[in-house]
Amino acid sequence: MAGSNPNAKPLNLTLKVWRQKNRNTNGQMVDYQVRDISQEMSFLEMLDVLNEDLLRKGEEPVAFDHDCREGICGSCNLFINGRAHGPEPGTTTCQLHMRKFNDGDTITIEPWRAEAFPVNKDLSVDRSAFDRIIQAGGYVSVNTGGVPDANEIPIPKSIADQAFDAATCIGCGACVAACKNASAMLFVSAKVSQLALLPQGQVERKQRVENMVAQMDKEGFGACTNIGSCAAECPVGISLENIAILNREFLAAKATSNNLA
Amino acid sequence: MSWLSNALTSSIGRKIIMAVTGLFLCSFLVIHLIGNLQLFKNDGGQAFNVYSHFMGTNPVIRTIEWVLVAGFVFHIYESIMLTRRNKAARGPQGYVVNHNEQNSPWQSRNMGILGTIILIFLLIHLYNFFYRARFGDLDPDINNNDDLYTLVVSSFHQWWYVLLYVLAQIALAYHLIHGFKSAFQTLGLTHRKYTPFITYFGYAFSIIVCAGFAVMPLYFFFIK
Ligand code: HEM
Ligand code: SF4
Ligand code: FES
Repeated sequence: MAGSNPNAKPLNLTLKVWRQKNRNTNGQMVDYQVRDISQEMSFLEMLDVLNEDLLRKGEEPVAFDHDCREGICGSCNLFINGRAHGPEPGTTTCQLHMRKFNDGDTITIEPWRAEAFPVNKDLSVDRSAFDRIIQAGGYVSVNTGGVPDANEIPIPKSIADQAFDAATCIGCGACVAACKNASAMLFVSAKVSQLALLPQGQVERKQRVENMVAQMDKEGFGACTNIGSCAAECPVGISLENIAILNREFLAAKATSNNLA
Repeated sequence: MSWLSNALTSSIGRKIIMAVTGLFLCSFLVIHLIGNLQLFKNDGGQAFNVYSHFMGTNPVIRTIEWVLVAGFVFHIYESIMLTRRNKAARGPQGYVVNHNEQNSPWQSRNMGILGTIILIFLLIHLYNFFYRARFGDLDPDINNNDDLYTLVVSSFHQWWYVLLYVLAQIALAYHLIHGFKSAFQTLGLTHRKYTPFITYFGYAFSIIVCAGFAVMPLYFFFIK
């Protein structure tokens, strides 16, 4: 395997990177050359090399979002060669390795695009719309007390598994970035169905889905037309089944909640 | 009732109207196809003219006709509202390089274009057959029914008309290959026992129904 070979040939690459000073200016694609990139590097480490080059030359480094660099925080939102997080399925950008590229490749790197995700600078986007949707979901009013014993609340394994699968959403926004409609339904559906499936989520079940969908619409995300790009690009494999659950939850809540607004 | 209008104008509410009207239009397609099979009867069009006379005069059918009009109007209206919302959500700056053909089928991303082709076809089709049957002056056939059959035959002897029909049916087939299963997803009607069947049924439905419609102009152009 190329990845396990420390002597693999280093790569020389052309990068086409979106540069934009701030929210109020227009940006454009700028070409850069990076040389001697180890195939062992992650994509973000390759960008670190580019930024060191730029700093040495006295130029402004490329701003990009990252935090954990181990595939769990969902910060590393880059649109690489026309795909969210690049062409590898089931990977975040920080988990994408340079051995997936070839010497001499040209790589385009753009920020997530959506009206609800404005570009802060270069490749860094503001995803606080997701935080506001989560806030709109509110709290869970079960009394948690001290650390509960395992299996104190009986939940069938199939339900626990389904809720856990939904809970793995890392809030990265790849679903929005990939969607032709810039719809946030896969993200919202993962959050809604996770709690709707569990006994702890029952008390606020109706108001949660009503409020989260209202906030989603208010933030200006699009409406899902079941294209499926989101699930195909989701790094943790959140399934479209969740969107059907969201629609069911929404319909049931609207029909039976006490909320007259 | 503001809760109801709020629900129906939310992103999910609009989709639900799309889905309900879309499935209703699918049921219309089945009736329309079965009725039109009268065209294949070798009786100089008498049976077809009896059928079209019934459809044009029966009070129950005439009432359902208005439901059908409403179905189309709402389906098209919601498609415009959703498309506008979704275009705005994408924002003014698109991707310089976007390979969404690698993550989704073409027809799923182009429902609006497919729908517009269907709409253009629909307007021409309505003018040519519906308008002239209902408001025009067709000659009577030997049973004294309006002779719509002769109009159908003469229309289907024009190559461009046949081509328009076949292209529109291809567009409709792609619209439904995505739309049929999509409507069930939108309505939340998914289940691991039934969804695979709905998916296959949707495929078969789209192809059989649209092929059935497309065969009619081809039959008259090439065979009759
Ligand atoms: C006989 C004619 C038609 C039938 C049977 C039909 C059927 C359907 C169905 C079943 C859906 C899926 C709904 C969903 O996913 O929830 C759909 C979606 C759609 N239709 Fe139609 N349709 C027809 C005509 C039209 C026309 C004339 C237009 C536009 C002018 C149109 C535009 C759309 C659009 C944009 C969608 C995508 C919306 C979405 O998936 O959420 N359709 N159609
Ligand atoms: S659903 Fe998947 S793609 Fe969307 S935010 Fe969650 S992890 Fe990211
Ligand atoms: S940097 Fe945290 S998921 Fe990539």
